[in-house]
Amino acid sequence: MTEQLYYEDVAVGSEIPPLVKQPTTRQLVMWAGASGDYNPIHYDKDLAQSRGLPGVIVPGQLAGSFLGQLITGWIGEKGRLRKLSCSYKGMNLPGEALTCGGRVSQKYIEQGEHCVECNLWVENEKGEKTVTGMATVVLPPRGSAAS
Amino acid sequence: MAENPLSIDGMKAKIGEEGEPRVYEIEKGMILRFVQAIDDPNPLWQDEEYARKSQYGGIIAPPTLIPIIGFERILQQVSQSIPQGTLLHGATELECYQPVRPGESVTVTTKIANIRERQGKMGKMTFITFENTYKNQRQELVARCRQMVIGY
Repeated sequence: MTEQLYYEDVAVGSEIPPLVKQPTTRQLVMWAGASGDYNPIHYDKDLAQSRGLPGVIVPGQLAGSFLGQLITGWIGEKGRLRKLSCSYKGMNLPGEALTCGGRVSQKYIEQGEHCVECNLWVENEKGEKTVTGMATVVLPPRGSAAS
Repeated sequence: MAENPLSIDGMKAKIGEEGEPRVYEIEKGMILRFVQAIDDPNPLWQDEEYARKSQYGGIIAPPTLIPIIGFERILQQVSQSIPQGTLLHGATELECYQPVRPGESVTVTTKIANIRERQGKMGKMTFITFENTYKNQRQELVARCRQMVIGY
């Protein structure tokens, strides 16, 4: 896995290295089975179109889980995700490349915990932010966890 | 959560009331299927040997697995209230307190926090916010999650 991230390594404005995902219809089916979310707009194209949608759409929580992957991969094994909020603002279509990104908005020490807040987003190929979110993570400080 | 279908007005009458808790068994295979669906290679979720040496001492579920625990009941309830309707997901707000591990059982308690209705492009749209509380088998609070679902 990647190197451990420490509290001292990030500053307000630091960017999280982006993660590009390209969900396929197969992945949507896998997600439906794994999550138990059988909302038909995620696998039945005819039904989705009859409801005025462009086709099957990527479930919000799958896109949200891409943001989860981004942030947990970034903070490393010793980091802890405390809060993650996502607003599903636009529709993502399978086959489109989705770029998951984030930026540090605040860092502070609270009750001895080294907290970092980030703004997160999922951007489609047109550059539209279809999901926006926020995360609060706790990172280890350098020197404290040398073992 | 009520097992009988409720109308939107019936759901409004239940705002703030806790539904029947439901227990979910967390299994390694369930976690693996979930991370394969996301295509997340993080070894903490799937590599026993790596995870054993981590601060957790074993595999844990990725945090975004928590909001899907019991989510199908929310969808079912809303779809029964809006027959023939279309459901969209509006937002998820997750707060994590403890990791979830394979072999644990998680009890989910759901209540309706708020219902708003407004006229949109697609006719009347209903925005329903649910609040879920997750506890493990030791009765420790594992997470809380607010889910907003839109029906029209």
